Amino acid sequence: MTDFWFQFLLALDSTLRVATPLIFCAMAGIFSERSGIIDISLEGKMLMAAFVAAATAYATGSPWIGAIAAIIVSILASLIHGFACIIHRGNQVISGLAINILASGLTVIIGIALFRQGGQTPTLPRTSRFNSLELPFVDFMEQNVPIFGIIYKELLSDHNILVWAALASVGVTFYILFKTTFGLRLRAVGEKPEAIDSAGISVTRMRFQAIIIAGILCGLAGVYLSTATGAGFVKEMTAGKGYIALAAMIFGKWKPVPALFACLLFGFLEAVAARVQGVEIMLIGEISSDLLIALPYLLTVILLAGFIGGVTPPRAIGQPYIKER
Amino acid sequence: MQASRLPRYVDICVIPILNLLTALFVAGIIIAIIGENPFTALSVMLKGAFVYKGGLGYTLFYTTNFIFTGLAVAVAFHAMLFNIGGEGQAAMGGLGIGLVALSLGGILPVLVVIALAILGSALFGAIWGFIPGYLQAKRGSHIVITTIMFNFIASAIMVWLLAGMLMAPNQMSPETISFQNGVMLWQFHDILNRLGFDIGRSPLNLSFVLALICCFLVWLLIWRTHLGYRIRATGFSPKASTYAGYKPETIIIITMAISGALAGMMAVNEILGVQHRVILNFTSGYGFTGIAVALMGRNHPLGIIFASLLFGALFQGGAELDFEFQTITRDMVVMIQGLIILFSGALAYMFNPMLEKLFLNEERLKEPNND
Repeated sequence: MTDFWFQFLLALDSTLRVATPLIFCAMAGIFSERSGIIDISLEGKMLMAAFVAAATAYATGSPWIGAIAAIIVSILASLIHGFACIIHRGNQVISGLAINILASGLTVIIGIALFRQGGQTPTLPRTSRFNSLELPFVDFMEQNVPIFGIIYKELLSDHNILVWAALASVGVTFYILFKTTFGLRLRAVGEKPEAIDSAGISVTRMRFQAIIIAGILCGLAGVYLSTATGAGFVKEMTAGKGYIALAAMIFGKWKPVPALFACLLFGFLEAVAARVQGVEIMLIGEISSDLLIALPYLLTVILLAGFIGGVTPPRAIGQPYIKER
Repeated sequence: MQASRLPRYVDICVIPILNLLTALFVAGIIIAIIGENPFTALSVMLKGAFVYKGGLGYTLFYTTNFIFTGLAVAVAFHAMLFNIGGEGQAAMGGLGIGLVALSLGGILPVLVVIALAILGSALFGAIWGFIPGYLQAKRGSHIVITTIMFNFIASAIMVWLLAGMLMAPNQMSPETISFQNGVMLWQFHDILNRLGFDIGRSPLNLSFVLALICCFLVWLLIWRTHLGYRIRATGFSPKASTYAGYKPETIIIITMAISGALAGMMAVNEILGVQHRVILNFTSGYGFTGIAVALMGRNHPLGIIFASLLFGALFQGGAELDFEFQTITRDMVVMIQGLIILFSGALAYMFNPMLEKLFLNEERLKEPNND
């Protein structure tokens, strides 16, 4: 039993690690889509940011400078998206897709031009990465506090600062969206842009602000992948995480806290999938980790189809706003 | 789509070419930034795609893939549906071919097996388009999200089957055993060699003809049948089609099934034409390229043929870049593809205001009385 408990804690611990980029991206998606802009370019922005973070951290030796550069590039990608679908009223899905495809080509080409390693960046030394922080009194807690002591050591300690930042971003997102005037306007712009316009507030400006925030958050997700959990950039390292985050955001019905739980659920499924290959379970038989990986997508489809409660996306989502004259 | 006041030829020819040139211009700048000569790169690509022996065959081989996936996206576009699921539908099409060929090969005559396998690819692709179509029409889920999810689900199913119950014994890689001898589509270089012409080896096969037939059939469907009329009407305004007395829901479902079937048939080219067994990831992003193709080809079969040829040349020429340059690889093609989707898709109307000024002024000069 203690062994099972311990294994469970380890699974939760890796859940948190796997879920971190998902949480950043899901929050990014919430900001963008709540303002009425569909954002399937989470994946591409995260990939570009991951590359820039690793390349800059390698060149300067500082993960912080890498993070800033990554966030700037991710914001630039957001601005391209905004230029296409806010200013030129282009199709938001097409624009997002273009950014994703552009990112997967561009990162490798520039990577080869700079480092000649087949699209990878050189491995980053410990000093140019975000390392895990051991919380204080770990051993003391483990020896003297029952149950919580081991949770403290195995689950809470030894995470890098970005894991905590991701969790904090959920609170911040919630606060901004639901407790500030800015958030109220942002949500209104995604539901009824005419109303915001007639109140004398620029729809274009609100939407640009929303996607810039989304850019910052996707940037952090990329930074986490290449300079915190990973030690450098690898070709296509986001591997569909942006799309899982999109699914988690929908699964969380475009709300920060439910989206957090969706990210944790999807992260948990991935963490479990890595452990159960070949394990037999009563009545079900052998679990296939290949199929388990598809479960988040399947759950999202089922949810969207309204088989588990209803989902209502922001009403004005996907429609460019045309100001009446 | 936005109503345009421009002359028709500007809308159909000038704008797509302008968008394409913008994309290529940006690509050229990027090539120059990483320290290579964009014109040398272009000439290497053109030679690789058309001049070298077998190059043209490879170009047309890729073209075949893009015709199928481009048509799939275009048919859905006519009903204002955005099918991003070509990748998954093509993968399932491959599964359809595999199941038919592996279960019936050796039992039925070869030609029958081939015909059934082609139908199998269309059927499996259609199912993978039908479900998102049904969910959109009857349950209100967004087709874009559902088809994205279905790509991932299809890929998981393929991994599960090809590394599991369909995996060839004594094999390390996830793939099925080879089909029975003769269950394949003939390749052009074989046919022409037998007729006495000597052309370079390439994987170009009879699927190319099938793709052209599909182009004609799609044209017939969209512009010459009642169903096609209804598909376009549904795209134009679902309400109008309700007033006209038929259900947009049914049209959405049928359109998505047709779209899925076309994407599924891409597998005919790769699996029946070349591999003769089902392998993993044979779709290699061609489903997404279909989106670029449909956008460039303005959703018209003729435009799609030209756009597919362009992308076929890009893919084949891009392979040549790998040999000639140290710093430019096939990924350059992925990047160009992204730029083309950006400029001829998302920013398709960027030049409209400018062109309108240009052309409408000209017309005003011709007819001074109108002012």
